[in-house]
Amino acid sequence: MNIKGIIAIYKYEMSRTYRTFGQSIASPVLSTALYFIVFGTAIGSRIGDIDGVSYSSFIVPGLIMLTVLTQSLSNASFGIFFPKFSGTIYEVLSAPISPFEITTGYVTAATTKSVIVGTIILITSTFFVDLNIKYPFEMFCLLILISLTFSLFGFIIGIWANDFQRIQLIPSFIITPLTFLGGSFYSISMLPEIWQKISYFNPIVYLISAFRWSFYGEVEIDIYISITTIFIFLLACLLTIHFIFKTGYRIKS
Amino acid sequence: MTAILVKKLNKYYDNGFKALSNINLEIKKGEIFALLGPNGAGKSTLINIICGINKKKDGEISVFGHDIEKSYKMARSKIGLVPQEIATDSFEKVIDTLKFSRGLFNKKSSIEYLEMVLKSLELFEKRNQQIRTLSGGMKRRVMIAKAMSHEPNILFLDEPTAGVDVELRQSLWKNLHHLKKNGVTIFLTTHYIEEAERLADRVGIIHQGEIIMVEKKDKILEKLGDKRVIITINKTSKNLKNILAKYNFQKRKNKLIFSLDLKNNTNSVSDLFKDLIKNSITFYDVEIKKNNLEEIFLNLIDQ
Ligand SMILES: Nc1ncnc2c1ncn2[C@@H]1O[C@H](COP(=O)(O)OP(=O)(O)OP(=O)(O)O)[C@@H](O)[C@H]1O
Ligand SMILES: [Mg+2]
Repeated sequence: MNIKGIIAIYKYEMSRTYRTFGQSIASPVLSTALYFIVFGTAIGSRIGDIDGVSYSSFIVPGLIMLTVLTQSLSNASFGIFFPKFSGTIYEVLSAPISPFEITTGYVTAATTKSVIVGTIILITSTFFVDLNIKYPFEMFCLLILISLTFSLFGFIIGIWANDFQRIQLIPSFIITPLTFLGGSFYSISMLPEIWQKISYFNPIVYLISAFRWSFYGEVEIDIYISITTIFIFLLACLLTIHFIFKTGYRIKS
Repeated sequence: MTAILVKKLNKYYDNGFKALSNINLEIKKGEIFALLGPNGAGKSTLINIICGINKKKDGEISVFGHDIEKSYKMARSKIGLVPQEIATDSFEKVIDTLKFSRGLFNKKSSIEYLEMVLKSLELFEKRNQQIRTLSGGMKRRVMIAKAMSHEPNILFLDEPTAGVDVELRQSLWKNLHHLKKNGVTIFLTTHYIEEAERLADRVGIIHQGEIIMVEKKDKILEKLGDKRVIITINKTSKNLKNILAKYNFQKRKNKLIFSLDLKNNTNSVSDLFKDLIKNSITFYDVEIKKNNLEEIFLNLIDQ
């Protein structure tokens, strides 16, 4: 096992973040603060409690998810896309390091960043709302698990993409809409029945539901179903990566 | 001992282009091998396949007996690669990128060793600078330093001296000789024939994806004689082949190019002139040139 190789990739990726630390932290914090002001305080004060939780508290897990999902995708996809784009990937490809080890290095770094950003947003939210996290340990595990899953997904996108546009394609046209429609700002039960049914095909509904469960303990979807969904998604990503490296798809010509 | 063994290698790119066909090659431990060939001949493709960057279609490649696919970790851990194009993260510091390379190859960190590499490539003063603040030639040296940072047994250099000034080129040659002395095998491609002549123990020539010749450098020069006499004749004659049967020559329009081994005096220039005049072949220009790889190279490719 090439542990030093994994650490080298991890350190390199983290140092890339430090270089743009202000930007990678400030921008999610700022946008979250704006969401709190607009939805939580201004509009939220006119909306009643949902499942016994005030609206501004209700949206906290969804907001964290919104940022964690997009950050995981963009960090991980850029992490692997950029070396492809700049040509520095040659070194990783010619090194005695296995696909599994390469993935581990890039994906754990992206996961770390997402968890840091998620935590910072959580802290920011306490300036706006009173938070009582029911299952803090489970919440943290879920944060890591979801960050990991979406970092893997982002890694796949980064390998698949051969231009900058494609990197943005899935996050902006699939993930962001699905997150908004996934109950970040509302409860699925508030929708008309037909839309509720459709929503259950949106995998992000389960992520947000599980995460919200760790905050408030009360959600409409069974927590085991949600967690199973997350694991199925994780497994699908792992299998895809395995397949990609096996065929050298889009990395080696 | 064999450092690299390539057997019956074929390569097609995804667009169906056949870049290499039936390559067979053996590189011995400790030698300097230079691969020459025009643009697009397949030099980089061959190097990239051996190093794991490109896929091969079929054939077998091993590095110190380790198959590059079945035991890729063993094979790659022996190899340092300086690719043709400079590719670095321009915001990274020189020393950091070397540490990264060393880590990637699972080597215990050793700042002393890395500093020695930097000194040997005259980069030590720049070690804490971001790569973007270096000149083009220095960036190429950083690429070489990265390849050396994990103490490889084989060093691949894909046109290492492209865009490098004379002084640095010579210091690089000295470096390579030094590495060779320490038992490092060196595989380089170049367009500068002088480089191959100065450095290589053996030279391979690749053209349109096929290796058309592999020889000891001295042998090539020997085989073709050490001097060439180029005679521009006034009028060609159909009989030239018969008249000049005992000479080793080629005809290019109205130029006759003779390869003569003047040292061993098998044919002297005066004999040649006598034969020409006797047969009423008149000429108006004579040039005598030292044979070098450049000419040999061009001759081979022209055929
Ligand atoms: N990714 C690719 N897809 C299709 N064809 C390619 C690809 N890469 C290289 N080729 C083709 O393969 C041939 C060999 O290219 P290669 O880069 O190995 O040449 P080379 O000998 O290194 O040339 P140079 O001296 O210019 O560096 C060229 O005809 C090139 O166009
Ligand atoms: Mg090339």
